[in-house]
Amino acid sequence: MSAQPLLQTRNVTQRFGGLTAVSDFSLEVAEGHAHGIIGPNGAGKTTAFNLITGIYKPTEGDILFRGKPITGLRPDEIARRGIGRTFQNIRLFRDLSVLDNVRIASDSRSRYSWPGAMVQLPSARREEKQTIGACEELLEQFGLAEVARERAGGLPYGSQRRLEIARAMALKPSLLLLDEPAAGMNSAETLKLVEFLGWLRDHFSVTMLLIEHHMQLVMTFCDRITVLDFGATIAEGGPEDIRTNAKVIEAYLGEEPDEG
Amino acid sequence: MLRLDRPPSRGLLLALLAAVLASCFAIEQFGLVDDYIRFILITLGINVILCVSLNLVNGWMGEFSVGHAGFMALGAYLSACVSVKWLGGANPLWMFPLAVISGGLAAGVVGFLLGLLSFKTRGDYLAIITLAFLMIVKSGIENISYVGGPRGFLGIGNETSLPWTAAWTILTLWAIRNLVYSRFGRAIVAVREDEIAATAMGVDTRKAKLVAFVVSSFFGGVAGALFAHQLQFINPGSFDIVKSTEILVMVYLGGIGSIAGSVLGATVFTVLTQVLQPLGTWRMVIMPLLLVMLMLFRPRGIMGLREWSWFVPRREFEEKEKSS
Repeated sequence: MSAQPLLQTRNVTQRFGGLTAVSDFSLEVAEGHAHGIIGPNGAGKTTAFNLITGIYKPTEGDILFRGKPITGLRPDEIARRGIGRTFQNIRLFRDLSVLDNVRIASDSRSRYSWPGAMVQLPSARREEKQTIGACEELLEQFGLAEVARERAGGLPYGSQRRLEIARAMALKPSLLLLDEPAAGMNSAETLKLVEFLGWLRDHFSVTMLLIEHHMQLVMTFCDRITVLDFGATIAEGGPEDIRTNAKVIEAYLGEEPDEG
Repeated sequence: MLRLDRPPSRGLLLALLAAVLASCFAIEQFGLVDDYIRFILITLGINVILCVSLNLVNGWMGEFSVGHAGFMALGAYLSACVSVKWLGGANPLWMFPLAVISGGLAAGVVGFLLGLLSFKTRGDYLAIITLAFLMIVKSGIENISYVGGPRGFLGIGNETSLPWTAAWTILTLWAIRNLVYSRFGRAIVAVREDEIAATAMGVDTRKAKLVAFVVSSFFGGVAGALFAHQLQFINPGSFDIVKSTEILVMVYLGGIGSIAGSVLGATVFTVLTQVLQPLGTWRMVIMPLLLVMLMLFRPRGIMGLREWSWFVPRREFEEKEKSS
C-alpha cells in the first residue's frame, strides 16, 4: 500500500455555527478497496460525504483526489473528476424516465454546445445517440433495461436503489460513495446487496466508500473501516481490528442496536 | 396508416410544415381570410412563441418568472428602432428578419444578466426579482424620449405577415424541442427535479440556468418584435404585469414542461379571449374562474409534463426490433 491513496482527507473540520459536525477528519481510501464508515446516528458520516462531494466547503482542512486538491470545487466539477455518489434518502429525478436519470449523469461526457443542440448539428445528434446506446447498455447490466422508459418515481423501492447506483455509475467514477445502501432492507435483501456490491466492484473495478449501519454488511464486505463518533474518528482498521476495538464497542457496538 | 403515438417520418413532417407555410403564403397573397381572422392567426403565432419560451423557465426549469413581458418589450422596442430609425428605408425582406433577430438578441443579453441572478436565488425570491426587472424595463422605456417615452413608439411598419409569423413560430418550436431533448434540456429539468442530485451527477446547474434564461428571453424578444410590427404602435403600458400574467395563464393552462401543452395553451387562450369578447366585463370573471378550476383539478395544466409524440425526436423511442 505504498501507492498514493485515491482519496485523502487531511484534518477536515466542518462547523455549522457552534456545532462541530466533523472534526479533524483524516481518511485515506486506497484504490480498489471497499472502505466503510460506521458510527452512531449524528456522528457526522453524511456530513463527511457532503464535504467530499463538495456540497459543503470544509471550514478547515484539505481533500485530495488522486493526489490533487479538490477542496472548494463545485459538486459538479468533483463529480466529473470521477466521484459518484448515492443519497441516504434516494434522490432520483422522480418525474423523469429511468433512462433519462442515467443519461443526465452520462451527459457530462458529451461535448456538443447548446446552440449546436438547438440547430441539431450532426455532432450533437451523433453524441445523443451514443449516450442513449451507452445508457441502455448500462441499464441492461443493472437489470433495469425493461423499465428504461418508465417513470423513475414509480419503480419499487429496491429498483430505485439500484437505479441510483446505476446513475452514479453512468459518471464512470473511479470512486463511488454509497450512503446507507442497505437502508430499509431486510437481511435476505442485504445478503443480495452484498453480492451485488461485490459484482459492482469487480465488474467496474470501482473503489468504494460506504456509510452503513448494517454491521454484517460492513464486516463482510469492507477491507477497511473508519469509525466516527461525535464528528471525530475513534478508530480505523480492518474488520477484525474494529470488532475487537474497545473504544468502538463502547461507542457503538456496546449500545443496544436499533436496527433490525 | 398514420400512427399518432409515434413521430411521423421526417419526410411527412417536412411536407406538413411546407404545406403550412405554403397555405400561409396563399392566404396572404390571395386574401383568403378576412383581416380579423388574419389578425387572430398572427396573434396566435406570437402567443405560441411567448408561451413555449416562458415554459422553458417556468415549466421545464420549474422557476416562476413574471418578467416575460419585459423581454417582449425589449424585443419590441429594439426591433422598432432597427426597422424605423436605423434602417428605415431598407428592403423589408432582409431588414425585418434582422430587426426581429436584434430584438431577440437584446432580450437575450438581458436574460443572461437575469440568469446570473438566478444562481443564488430561487423560487419566490427569484419571482420578485423578475417582477422588479419588469418594472425597471417599463419605467426605463417611459423615460427614454428617443423611443417616445410614455406616449409610445409610433409609425412602425406593418411587417408581421402571416408567413413570417408561421416561420418564426415553427423555428421557435423546433429550436426549443431540440434544446429540451438535448443534454442541456435534461440539465434544465434536473434543476427542477432535484438541484443537489443534479449537481452531484456532474450537471453544471449554473450553465443550465443561463441557457434556459437566455433562450427563453431571446424568443420572448422575438415575439415582442413580431408584436410591434403587427400592431404598428407600442407603448410601455402594453408590457405590464397584465401581459406577463396572460402568458403565465397560457403556460399553466396548456401544461408545464410540454411543447404540445404550450401550443394548446396559447391556442385555447387566444380563441377564448376572442370568443368571450361579447361578454364584455364578464370575461374578466370567466377567465380567472377557469384558471381556478384548472389549478384545482389539473395543477400541471392540460398536458403537464406530457408530450405529444410528434414533438419528440425519433431517437427517444425504443427500437422495437431490438427488444425481443
